[in-house]
Amino acid sequence: MAGAALLGRLTWKPAAVVEVVPETPSVRTIVFDVADWPGHRAGQHVDVRLTADDGYQAERSYSIASAPDGERIELTVERLDEGEVSPYLADELRPGDRIELRGPVGGYFVWEPAVGGPVLLVGGGSGVVPLMAMIRTRADAGSEAEMRLLLSSRSWDDVIYRDELERLAGDGLTVVHTLTRSRPPGWSGYARRVDSEMLAGVGPDAAERPHVFVCGPTPFVEAVAEALVQRGHEPQRIKTERFGPTGG
Amino acid sequence: MSFVSRGFHGRRREDVDSKRVPPGQYVTPDFPVLSAGPTPHRSLDTWSLSILGEVDETHSWTWDEFRALPSEEITVDIHCVTKWSKLDTMWRGVSVDTLLEGVETSAEYVVQYSDGGYTTNLPLEDVTGGKAWVVFEYDGEPLAPEHGGPTRMLVPHLYFWKSAKWLRELRLRAADEPGFWETNGYNNYGDPWREQRYWGD
Amino acid sequence: MDPHMLDGNAVAGLLNEIFGVEMTIAVRTCGNCGASEPLGAVHVFRGAGVVLRCPHCESVLAKLVARRTCACVDMSGFR
Repeated sequence: MAGAALLGRLTWKPAAVVEVVPETPSVRTIVFDVADWPGHRAGQHVDVRLTADDGYQAERSYSIASAPDGERIELTVERLDEGEVSPYLADELRPGDRIELRGPVGGYFVWEPAVGGPVLLVGGGSGVVPLMAMIRTRADAGSEAEMRLLLSSRSWDDVIYRDELERLAGDGLTVVHTLTRSRPPGWSGYARRVDSEMLAGVGPDAAERPHVFVCGPTPFVEAVAEALVQRGHEPQRIKTERFGPTGG
Repeated sequence: MSFVSRGFHGRRREDVDSKRVPPGQYVTPDFPVLSAGPTPHRSLDTWSLSILGEVDETHSWTWDEFRALPSEEITVDIHCVTKWSKLDTMWRGVSVDTLLEGVETSAEYVVQYSDGGYTTNLPLEDVTGGKAWVVFEYDGEPLAPEHGGPTRMLVPHLYFWKSAKWLRELRLRAADEPGFWETNGYNNYGDPWREQRYWGD
Repeated sequence: MDPHMLDGNAVAGLLNEIFGVEMTIAVRTCGNCGASEPLGAVHVFRGAGVVLRCPHCESVLAKLVARRTCACVDMSGFR
């Protein structure tokens, strides 16, 4: 990581779209090239700024989905029908287009291999994005830290990074899904909203003092954090990142 | 250094008669929710609206008493300092003139106090003479909590931060008393037609 | 619990622009209830400006109003 660049004042930088990758019917990943990108840590995000030709501007924050990779970063965006920015990013943006972004920002909701494990990641829908950056960073670093992901999605088709998670599972990474609205035939996994009993089933126990990261819509994060505290997890070890109802 | 992002249009911005849109504003069909704090959930049993301060005596209404007051339907344009304007919004409420009937005061200013602690200040003349209402319905329905229900102030000629949500008190004052945002960068008066957004505007 | 509420992560960029450093890891103490939390964990509300509130007692910790070339910052809710 370039030490000198870290001290620079945060400014808006141009980012060029290199590639777009569909993830689910309403989610896609956008790969950007950002000149002078100083590197980032898993869990950090960027602020994105779009300008229309009449000067109108909109800004939103998006978690970085990728592990550090030179000047390349990936954002994963869910299209929210009532959204102002997400339909543009999820549908319109194409290779060659440019947006402005500012970052990386965030130091609180961050995991690095040096922190170690055990780690519990709990994600609701697109809340999995910063958690995926942590999973990918762990894999790239060859870390043996024990990491568990509990991911809540509406249906099997809505699970973001589904195939990659299946590939990466093992070697100390456990992936558990819960599907809240519909299940594929023969589904034997969890089929309800994340609750205290489910968290206990997934573990680790509070006694193991895991680093916990919870990300998703505000009501999801509130419910999960509360349940974890009730189960004895230390509040200071539970890091939360709330996405608002509008998200993007 | 901003550049245009190809194909980005943003929130649907409607083309309207520009005489209705203050400088720097864009018109939206949505009704964004902005808030300085958590939405209070107050039972109507414990709700009250009071006028106090530089008055002969405190005037107070319970929910039933307030709803028994004459109310009217008002259709107005509203303008938020965060640049969105919404036209032809329909409300039902009690005119502040009605509330002030029979209230003796020499006060020249009023501070609105909300559940949750938000405040905003105005000259008293900006809420009298048919310029302001305490509203309890929006678009024909009871005002939703996230938009200020059960009641909020409606002062359409000024930026919307001057219309306090979850209104509970009107405190009449001899001297001006800058409120929650007026003490932190936002203009003390807030006329959208003179684009008075911040201090010094 | 308010669905419109966010946390300090949501204003990490704004805080960085104002203070020139990453602020979400800064631990501050609430002047009302005495609880200490990193700024990344405080409650954030977007009104006319940004309001930071204590996640324990919801008391106002800070108000941030960003203008084009400067910001009005009130941090008086911290101890």
